Amino acid sequence: MSEPWRIVVAKPGLDGHDRGAKVVARALRDAGNEVIYTGLRRSAQQIVDTVRDEDARFLGLSSLSGAHEHLFPRVCELLKQQGLNDVIVFGGGIIPLGDREPLYACGIRAIFGPGTPTSEILEFVDKATQLENTGVGQESDWHWTSSA
Amino acid sequence: MTLEFLEQAKLGDRRSLARMLSALENGTLHIKDALDAIGETSEPRNGQWQTLAITGAPGVGKSCLLDGLLRHWAQLGIRVAVLAVDPSSPRTGGALLGDRVRMTVVDDVELNDLIYLRSVATRKASGSVPVIVEDMTKLLLALGWQRVIIETVGAGQSEVRCAAIADRIVVVEGPARGDGIQAEKAGLLELADAVLVNKSDLPGAELHADEIRESFELGIGNKPPVLLTSAVQHTGVSQAADLLLTLASSGRSERARW
Repeated sequence: MSEPWRIVVAKPGLDGHDRGAKVVARALRDAGNEVIYTGLRRSAQQIVDTVRDEDARFLGLSSLSGAHEHLFPRVCELLKQQGLNDVIVFGGGIIPLGDREPLYACGIRAIFGPGTPTSEILEFVDKATQLENTGVGQESDWHWTSSA
Repeated sequence: MTLEFLEQAKLGDRRSLARMLSALENGTLHIKDALDAIGETSEPRNGQWQTLAITGAPGVGKSCLLDGLLRHWAQLGIRVAVLAVDPSSPRTGGALLGDRVRMTVVDDVELNDLIYLRSVATRKASGSVPVIVEDMTKLLLALGWQRVIIETVGAGQSEVRCAAIADRIVVVEGPARGDGIQAEKAGLLELADAVLVNKSDLPGAELHADEIRESFELGIGNKPPVLLTSAVQHTGVSQAADLLLTLASSGRSERARW
């Protein structure tokens, strides 16, 4: 077996709802990954510091507060600033379809809404590591087409 | 490439440091090669410890307490690296590494340059500390971190593996963890250089501390200090941090290096 992926699951901003993040963290754990959970109410900088110090391959961002339009791009920007271009970023929570294109444009490679089977998130993880240049700061138009 | 990362890590680049620790974990970097490349070996300085293990049963408050200790040490300007170990699933190999949730000090912009926190999964190792943690500790010391703290997996009575790695062992206990006979049993408490009875805000903490002290009185040799702390109420934590900084070896953990 290859080494497990290290994946940070983070809750940016003032949002106290982490059931979704915990479900995703658990599914990733049960698929054999090492999941580092940040806990609630982290700033973009704190999340990026965590990704850096934990040498994470993936970052999952969860937001149910409506602040994704501000917080997700900020995290992506800081990752790129710090040279963490190869980290693969995905998001989830209450994120309306109409809000998703600008997030993909920031380098986020998947957005999962409520009702997404956890198996789909695992498929995304596999796919994103098989393809090249799927990191947040890498040149690629690819993003996962999610079912919800 | 590796040499470049090691040099960057020594200059303080955290990403390079994180990558090199992963390389050790994944077996693509050997500690001997890394230390040769850095050109320094870490020697213990004037009898002070460089590595401290914090161990104890699950849920006694190791992470919360460590958060308070780190804050105190960082305020004194000491550079501390933490290897926080959590268990890997024996079924899938996956792990949920949750120690960061309790460690708010790494979010403090005034202090977080002085603190490096790394979550470590036990992977295929059994016991509360995987063997690779010893190599990770050596690398951190060689790269200029002054002290390395190993927070073990929540440990039972006989989880004594950390004694083989750490210079000092701190056992965290909690209130109502059994009667005086529990304190008499062989195992983890025998190796402690200090005991912190956490959750001192709850009933039974003082009684438990007394039982542990009494147990040490019955033995021969140095008697490790037993302190009461409350990580949530921040009582006794600064005192414990000061005491631990210059903690002498009780001579107990050496005996476990069989």
